[in-house]
Parts: sequence; C-alpha cells; structure tokens
Amino acid sequence: MALDNTPKRVFKVVGTRPPRPDGIDKVTGRALYGADVSAPGMLTAHILRSPHAHAEIVSIDTSAAEALSGVKAVVTAKDFAPQDDDFLMDVLDNCMARDKVLYDGHAVVAVAATNSAIAKAALKLIKVTYKALPHVTDVDAAMTLDAPVVQEGRSLETVPEGMSQNVTSHCEFGHGDLDAGFQKADVVVERSFTTAATHQGYIEPHACLASMTADGKADLWCCTQGQYNVRDLCSAALGMEGSQLRVTASEIGGGFGGKTTVFIEPVALALSRKAGRPVKIVMSRDEVFRATGPTVSSSIDVKIGMTRDGRITAGEAHLRYSGGAFPCGTVDMGAQAAFAAYDLQAVRTLGYNALTNRPKEAAYRAPGAPQAIYAVESVVDELCQQLGLDPLEVRLKNAARKGTRSSYGPTFEDIGLVATLEAAKAHPHYSAPLAEGQGRGLSAGFWFNFGGNTCVTLNVNTDGTVGVTEGNPDIGGSRAAISQMAAEELGIPYDKIRTIIADTSALGHNDVTDGSRVTFSVGLATIKAAQDAIAKMCSRAAQIWGIDEEAVVWKDGAAEPAGPNAGKFPPMSLAEIAAVSFNTGGPIAGHHEFNADGAGVSFGVHLVDVEVDKETGATKVLRYTVFQDAGKAVHPSYVEGQMQGGAVQGIGWALNEEYIYGEDGRLQNPGFLDYRVPVASDLPPIETVILEIPNPGHPYGVRGVGETPIVPPLAALSNAVSRAIGTRMSSLPMSPPRILKALSKG
Amino acid sequence: MKSIHVSTTVNGDAVEFICAPDESLLDVLRNRLGLTGAKEGCGTGDCGACSVTLNGRLVCSCLVLGAEAEGADVGTIEGLANGDALHQLQQSFIDHAALQCGICTPGILVAAKALLEKNPDPTDTEVRYWLAGNLCRCTGYDKIIHAVQDAAQKMRSA
Amino acid sequence: MVAVTIWGSLRRFTDGKSPVDVDATNFKELLDRLSEEYPGLKPQIERGVSLALDGRIYREAWFTKIGPDSEVILMPYMAGG
Repeated sequence: MALDNTPKRVFKVVGTRPPRPDGIDKVTGRALYGADVSAPGMLTAHILRSPHAHAEIVSIDTSAAEALSGVKAVVTAKDFAPQDDDFLMDVLDNCMARDKVLYDGHAVVAVAATNSAIAKAALKLIKVTYKALPHVTDVDAAMTLDAPVVQEGRSLETVPEGMSQNVTSHCEFGHGDLDAGFQKADVVVERSFTTAATHQGYIEPHACLASMTADGKADLWCCTQGQYNVRDLCSAALGMEGSQLRVTASEIGGGFGGKTTVFIEPVALALSRKAGRPVKIVMSRDEVFRATGPTVSSSIDVKIGMTRDGRITAGEAHLRYSGGAFPCGTVDMGAQAAFAAYDLQAVRTLGYNALTNRPKEAAYRAPGAPQAIYAVESVVDELCQQLGLDPLEVRLKNAARKGTRSSYGPTFEDIGLVATLEAAKAHPHYSAPLAEGQGRGLSAGFWFNFGGNTCVTLNVNTDGTVGVTEGNPDIGGSRAAISQMAAEELGIPYDKIRTIIADTSALGHNDVTDGSRVTFSVGLATIKAAQDAIAKMCSRAAQIWGIDEEAVVWKDGAAEPAGPNAGKFPPMSLAEIAAVSFNTGGPIAGHHEFNADGAGVSFGVHLVDVEVDKETGATKVLRYTVFQDAGKAVHPSYVEGQMQGGAVQGIGWALNEEYIYGEDGRLQNPGFLDYRVPVASDLPPIETVILEIPNPGHPYGVRGVGETPIVPPLAALSNAVSRAIGTRMSSLPMSPPRILKALSKG
Repeated sequence: MKSIHVSTTVNGDAVEFICAPDESLLDVLRNRLGLTGAKEGCGTGDCGACSVTLNGRLVCSCLVLGAEAEGADVGTIEGLANGDALHQLQQSFIDHAALQCGICTPGILVAAKALLEKNPDPTDTEVRYWLAGNLCRCTGYDKIIHAVQDAAQKMRSA
Repeated sequence: MVAVTIWGSLRRFTDGKSPVDVDATNFKELLDRLSEEYPGLKPQIERGVSLALDGRIYREAWFTKIGPDSEVILMPYMAGG
C-alpha cells in the first residue's frame, strides 16, 4: 500500500463533520425514493399472494381478471425462464412461486392495470386452486425426520447422512482438543437458546418503476442496495442482455441488508414487457413483512468451560438456523463469528441450516453473527456470575488480539478489541451505581467486514471543481465520506466536490452496498482515482514548466517542483491546471477499478443498564453506551449514527421484535402495530465512544463500521435483564410475557 | 364510484383536485398534486412517515380521506422552508446529522414543528413521547432529539 | 508447497486431513490443485470460497500471491448486510 509508511498522517478533511450533500433534498421532501417517480402512461401493478404456508398450485385461472376493463398484463412464474444456476433460480422462485407456494405471502400472480383500484379488483377475480400440504415453521421441528419436507433434493454434500431433507447445509469450524479443554475447567456451563426471526424494518417499502420497449431495451428505477446486482438478476430472469437494462438506484429509505436482492423488480419488467407500458409496483407494509427478508430464526446450544480465575478453557456451539423456504448460508457466518472475540486453545462450532415454511431470508446487518454471539456472550456472563468474576476483566483476560489464532482460522492482524474493552472499563458508565431491581449487561461483538468489486471515476472540471462518480447507493452518509476522502487526497475544500451515484450504464460493476464495505472500498477506490488524477495533473504542470514529470510533486492541492533543483516555479493549483487542461492534452480524470480486500475486522463492546417492571414484565433501558473501533472515523457523526442505529435495532431484537406464526403457519403480526420496533420514547440517549485502531489495509486506516453495532445488544440486554431479575434468560425477544413467565418459574 | 371535487389550501396555496371517495389524503398529495415529500411507510397510521397538518393538527395523511381536505388548510414538508430559507428545524437536522436514509425525515420534521408550536421549550422526554408515533430505523433517535432541542433553543432566542 | 487449513466440515473430503499441502503460488493455482487432488472439495469451491492469507481475507482474487510460509486458511465465501 502506497501510503502505509505514513500512519501518523495529519488529516485536514477526514475526521471533520461537514454537512451531507443530500441533506437539503432530504429535509425539504425533494429527495426521490423508490415510490416517488412516475412515467407517462404508467400502469400500477399488484401481486396476489399465497394464503397458505405450504401448498401445491393445482391451477391458476386468470381469465376473468384479464377480461376486466383496464387490466393490461398478467404474469406468473411461467413468464420467467428457468435458470441453470440454483441461486438465481431460488431468487426467481421467491419472486413468483413456480409449482408450490412455500410460505404465507409467497407471490403467485401479478396484475398491471391502468390504476391501483382496478389492479386490486382484478386480483379478486383470479382463481388459484391450491392443494394444501403439511407445513413446518420451527427450525428444530424442521430438522426432525418426520417433518414435512419443504423442498426436496436441496441438501448439499456437506450434510451428514441420515438427517432430514430440510437440512440443506452443514459446517464446522474450530481447532484444539475440546475434551482436554473441558477437563481443565473448574466450571462448565451448557445452555440452549432461541432467537426469533426479525425484519430489517426499513421504513420505505420496496418500490420500482420498470419500462421496457418493444426492441427489448429497458429502464428500471428502484430502491436497492445494489443496482448492478438488480441488473444482473433481472436481465437473467427476463433473458435480456445486461447492456439493454439500465438500472437507476433511487434514494433508499433504509435497507440494512434487506435490499440486497430482488422481489418485485423482475415482475415489473415482465409486466411492462407484456403491456408495452411503464409499470410501477409499490409493496404494502403487509407484503414487506410477509414476503421480504427476515433474518434467520435460530436454536443454539453453547457449552463453555472456565477456570476459577476466569480463563476460558474450551468453547463449543451448535447452531441451527433457518433461512426460510430456500437454502441459506448464513449459519456459516454465525459459526465462524461465534467465538471471534476470544483467544481459545480449544473451540468448535457446528452449524446447520434447515428449510422451513417461512419467507426467504435476506441479509440483515452482520448476518448470522448476532444470534451466535448472543448465545456465547450469555454463557460467558453466566460463568462470570457463577464464579463471582467481573465480566469485563474476564473478557480482557481472554480477548483476541494481534497474533491470536481466531476461532474461524486466520490469525488476527491489528484489531481493536482490547482497546475497546479498556475504554469500556474506564468509562464512568461501568462504575456507576445501580439501584435495586436494575441490572447491567455487557457484550462484545464482531463482524468480518468485506471489500469487493468497486469502480470510481473522478472528473476534474475546468473550473477547478471535482465530480466523483461511484456506484453504491448511500444508506448512511457515504456520499459525504467519499467527498471527504477525495478532498483530503486532492488537497481541495470539501465543498468543491460533488459525489453522485451512477446508474448501471454510467460506470462499471460495483458490488452491493453491504458488508460494511462502502466507506472502505469506495473510499479506497476514490483515493486511488484521486492519485491517478494527481499524476496526470503533475504531468500537465511538468509540460507547462518544461521539466520532468518526476520532478513535480503534489502538495496542498497544487503541483510544485519537487525541490530547488527541479526548477523555480510557483505552485500551480488544481484549478489553474484544470483551467488550461484543453490546451495541455484534454480533460483530466482519474479512475480506479479493483476488487478490494483487506477490509479489516471490527469489534465493539456495548454496556447497558435496565430496569424490569416485575408486574408487567416490561424492560426499561436506562443507559446505553457503545464502544467501537472504527479504524479511522471519516465523518464521526455518521460513524456515531451507525453505532446508535445498530444498537437500537439490536435493542428491538432483544426486547420486542419477532415473527409470530400461528398453528396454520401464517404470519400473525405483519404490521408495525404488532411487530413493534423501538420508538423514541422507549429509549435513553445512546452514548458513543469511537476508538481508532488503524486498519493496515487502508491508507487512512478506515474499517467498516455499519454492521458490528447490531451484534452486541442481544446479549448485553439479556445479561442485564438476567442480572436484574435474578433468572437467566435464554430466548429472544425478552417480551413482557416471556419475562413474566421466567419470573414465575424463577 | 364517482370522483369528488375538492377545493383546499396546501402550504398556503389554493388547490383543487378530484379524488375517489375512498382515496387517502396521502395518495392525493403524492399522486395527484405531485407532493411526494410525505411517504407511505405502512398505510395504517403506525409509522408517521406521512405526517402532515390538517388545520394545524398533526395527522397521518394515510388515515385521512382526500375528501376531508375540503375547505381545510393542509401543511406538508414542502411548505416548511420559506423559499430557499430553511426552517430552523431543517437546518438543525442537517447540522446534527439527524438523518441517514431520510425517509422518515419529512414526517418527523412536520411532527417536530407541530410540537414546538405547542411547546417551545420541551424536555427531552416530551420530545421523545411526541415523536413516539414517528418511526426511524436508522438513527436510534439520539441525534433527532438533539436536533429538535437545538432548533427549539434557537427558535426561542430568535 | 503451502499448507492449507481446511474447515471442519470439509475434512471428510480430504481424508480427515487439515492442513493439506498443495503446490501453488497463488489463489487460482491453489483452488485448481485442491479440486484435482480432493475432488470432494470441488462442489464447495465452485459455490465459492474465500481465502485468508496471513490473516487477511480475500474473496475472489485469483492472482493473490501465496508465499511458502504464508498462513493459508480456506473459508466459505461470505457476504454481509
């Protein structure tokens, strides 16, 4: 890395808090989201969904709907080409059920009409004959040999023989001699846990506008975390060439992982192709809950041994996740993340994914990690309680650090866990007194963070301003952070730069906005694109001065001779070089395209105080502090925003949020009234402490920060509640009825 | 069903529209008047993203019929700024990084303005309870409370 | 030769061995050799694997150089939210 030798760099723009470029549009209502655009002649479409958890589709009769005045197109799964690739086929089968409906809410038929009322009326005229099949919605039940089989023949070669066909994959990680480890322990705690499926809960329902013309060209406007991914999935589904489909990402009203795939986009395109008119689809909240990505539900057993002085001697976890009705690899990540915070001699994690009659899982912030780490951190806390040890000291004693062989294999580079734990220990929150009936909980959290395919163009305008074109939808303020990094590298003010997000025809492929990758990967590509532009500007200055390119350096936003021997010329600023660019060789732009690696793992520690009302079972969160290593916080306000937002989603997961299925296999709470996400009055201020342990894989030291904050709250809350009520909780969410039940048993 | 003709005032401007009898005020604003600042997050009055004022009262426009706007005074996010001069709440939200994705921001700003008109000096708890009907999934609310209090303080001393 | 650590559930395709020694100087060669010498690993390699090289995770980069003393860990291909 070119700048690895300047770790103590003094930043001018990075680390400041400038206003976000999309701020005024968003506070005035001008920002355009998925549902906010229309097209001339546009049709509106609605989707008929399965009322059954599991049923064979015997027949579909759409004749009456098609005969209704104003109906222009009807599509079913038959309108999409079967795919060779299993992953793609699953995505498509989730968009439109093929032979069987696999969960309550599974899409069956879509109708486009001249207005919404007609489309809705047409849905009522469609006759679908179902043959109901037995269903299963619980992960443990799905793994039994007599469970209804959700899909046949989907087990990978990794699944041990003799298991239910619902088990689609198996994984195992770890090292060391587990038996010997448990032998060395003074206390061993074994406990089983469950976590409910939760929804990302973005406030903006999925929405798109598709327009396909008779020559096979199409434009698609949609809210997504990745327009290139949408293009690839949709063009395959529709049998189009990628170049003929231009996808534009709207402003996105929250995603958190849930908008990393497609649900309605191929359907809108197919309807538009049939009708020859633009088609808009906007999901209702009910549809969002019933048919878009919840997390996995899980059932987990953890066993940990500890010596009297707090040394962990061995750790084992068995994870059973269900990603709904389709194969899902999320358990792999849970099994790798479970013990990541610990330096262990003996550790083993086993993971299984099982099919259930639930919607297909979609990623949700650090997918797979919150559940696994909740179970591990709960058992560590219980051991601390049994042995009378300070839970923070025990975590420090066993903490993973540089050189630790991680529980998932690789040896850690520079990581910030110890610094984060020390910061928590030193914080006044940790030593503040607690009143009777209150409890304090803590948990560490971890996420891998990813890089990925990234493309950036940086255009130097002749007036001395700069345009950065990148391809990742901005879900947390990344346009501001990207502009800051461009300003830092170029040495010009932040407000001279405008960063925009390109459509799929304007820039090469960019991976989805996920894996906490954007500030890291797009930032790195932007820095390199700026360096590319700087090299060109230095070359232009060298030409103007008549000296060698190598004799020109870039400093504080200007080219200047490298030293007295290079020649005596006053510095030429970016604006001065840009102004004469047409005379010196033409426009100046920098580019960088790469597949970024070296994202740098991220650790956080959360501290929470709670009070439990023993009459109602309600938990009040009294105080909450988040400590996290950001590597380098480019825009500290947005780093804090990630830490606070992730923590609150985790609080919701811990205390209230859950998918509730009835005996009939139907979702009972598909709305914000009954699926209760945290509201402002539920919460205290969320204090934040940003640590900066530079990531060696980024010239400014940046690490991804977006996902880790959702990991620790589950165990932090569970540990706090367990200590407050004197009974160990082992099931999420800890809703009032569950707490009352635990109290009556305790 | 025959459409209904409605004469109303939106953000101080006289407006006429026709709508179906069962059409929500939110759909009228978004689909007939081109005012897409109010958002539909749920359609059931649970999320507050569609908040507007009707004769000065804070409402979820998804739960109000378009026809109910007859003769009324409707206030939406598009009317918050005075020309190119932002309302103090808007400026404070930008200054305090009180938005991420921004989908809930119009509703929260409309609700916060209604609060400060009733109570120019609220406690944090009062702000939290007033905004309890406006869901935000990105921020954890912390910076929103700071921004509202910053605006309240500046508006009091203006 | 480089020593590649294989995760637990794949070891039944390497006769229980981990690490396994493979003659490779980059990621691509390593995957090709593993598929040849342990055909049972092929389906997983085709579905996608990551490679941790001296502690740093690489998801796709074929031509990432691997030194004879590098710590090489095979991992599933992963994605975030």
